[in-house]
Amino acid sequence: MLELRTVTAGYTRGAPVFRDVTLTVAPGEAVGLLGPSGCGKSTLARVAALLHRPDAGTLVVDGTPVRQWRHRAPRERRTAFGVVFQQARLSADPRLTLADLIAEPLRATGRRADAAVRVAELAATAGLTTDLLTRRPHEVSDGQLQRACVARALVLRPRWLVCDEMTAMLDASTTAALVRVVEDYRTATGAGLLAVGHDRVLLDRWCDRTVEWDALTRPRPEAATSGPPGTNKDRRDN
Amino acid sequence: MTGRTPVLSVRGLSVRFLMPGGRGVAAVTDAHFDVAGGECLALIGESGCGKSVLASALLGLLPGNAQTAGAALLGDLDLLAADERTLARTVRGRLVGLVPQSPAAHLTPVRTIRSQLEETVAELTGVRGRTALRAAAEKAAARAAFPADHLDRHPHELSGGLAQRAATALALVGDAPLLLADEPTTGLDRDLVDRTVDELRRHVDTAHDVDKADSADKADSADDADNAENAGNTAGRRDRALLMITHDLAAAERVADRIAVMYAGRIVELTRAADFFGAPGPRHPYSRGLLDALPDRAFTPIPGLPPELGALPGGCAFAARCDRASDACAVQPPLTGTAACHHPHAALTEAADRA
Repeated sequence: MLELRTVTAGYTRGAPVFRDVTLTVAPGEAVGLLGPSGCGKSTLARVAALLHRPDAGTLVVDGTPVRQWRHRAPRERRTAFGVVFQQARLSADPRLTLADLIAEPLRATGRRADAAVRVAELAATAGLTTDLLTRRPHEVSDGQLQRACVARALVLRPRWLVCDEMTAMLDASTTAALVRVVEDYRTATGAGLLAVGHDRVLLDRWCDRTVEWDALTRPRPEAATSGPPGTNKDRRDN
Repeated sequence: MTGRTPVLSVRGLSVRFLMPGGRGVAAVTDAHFDVAGGECLALIGESGCGKSVLASALLGLLPGNAQTAGAALLGDLDLLAADERTLARTVRGRLVGLVPQSPAAHLTPVRTIRSQLEETVAELTGVRGRTALRAAAEKAAARAAFPADHLDRHPHELSGGLAQRAATALALVGDAPLLLADEPTTGLDRDLVDRTVDELRRHVDTAHDVDKADSADKADSADDADNAENAGNTAGRRDRALLMITHDLAAAERVADRIAVMYAGRIVELTRAADFFGAPGPRHPYSRGLLDALPDRAFTPIPGLPPELGALPGGCAFAARCDRASDACAVQPPLTGTAACHHPHAALTEAADRA
């Protein structure tokens, strides 16, 4: 389970971005978090991915409360998360080739030996052709770079995926392709997903259930974990 | 009905970039389209297909290594042949208003919205004097529904939606007959996307309603380039046209009268929005693929990646990703009817043929 329990977080003392948010993602579950621009959902995604220490409340990952954040978090905890951000350009080191970008988490965790095999595997999964792998970010399109970022997020085989507006900058076809990559990975591994976004149609189609940001922050804790009646899959035809 | 006067008439526009080592990048190839007064044409396609290069070409903002061919006529003026002096003094802001992709980056960060609006008003209109400028700037803000009590703020103090309105207000100051919106909704949430494109649409409709009453046959046949003169210079002057470049299909569906689909630098389909999004649907397999990728449709991606603009295959550039491809696709298909394809999907109704 990935549990946010009455989490309050922000960047300025005394002026949190949000207060007392409770949200649970079960193993293998895909939860969409829907909210308008600027509501604080990206901050929540950062807390859930161990990237931002909350002011109050607890993050419980697989039964253990998180006490250390960012680089201080133990390696096996950190590497249980794969994160994809909205702006591929800002989340890719411009000096690395796409192959190195995808392999970077392996290098950082001393698994350099696996790199060649895993990069080839994941590049194919993410739909990147081999000629793109030797290029640097400025030589590829936004869509191609985001494909590499998704491959990078999957390279350590995380149990949890956090996708913060992963497709907001992308065209319809690349969006559908990358959602498929994430879903194929989750089907194969049983990883859980927190997908943050502002496109209801997309999140409803992608996730098992979609939670409204307003429902999380209103003083009704039960609304936060139950979501709307019926899951998204029930509401669809299949 | 002879159709309305085209505000912009693009004829065989091509843009090539010369790269080091003698390589060429074919960013735009042989684009033909018109945008009529009171009409919104949405140019859609994947990122990197040449859409924004086309916009830069219309504003004379291409880098030095670009070579253009063809013509882009705005009234009598060919935007591609115009010199920098003409572009700077009569085109940008006056004949073509640009609504930029990222308003936050487009606005000057160290000055308030009011000061930027006043400067633009002073530059583009005859308004002189402090009080008059102040009033004109407030009026300009009101046209784009920018709230007056936010005028004294700096760009970083505005939300994405308000920054977008500020940029739109600036684009409208010169009362240009052509509004060029380059990805105006990127990164905005759905409500803001809807509001932004509705406002753009309103500026087209408002200008149009003043002068003409034939809105019933919107975008019916805007293809006649010949009538540019007769109605164009008097009443037609105030007919504003909108060319919106976007990869957001929902936004395009919401505001566009016609849709131009661009793939690998070429316009592969040009058709009425109602036919494109409704029945009979798009005819080009690529357009079908784009629509089928939408989460409220099949949510199926188009297989493969778009080709490199620097190394385009001979023949149809989409053939490698197309399930209808055959030997015929080794030859570049011309745009016949509404689609440039050897195996277009059927045009089920007469309407699609007419468009």
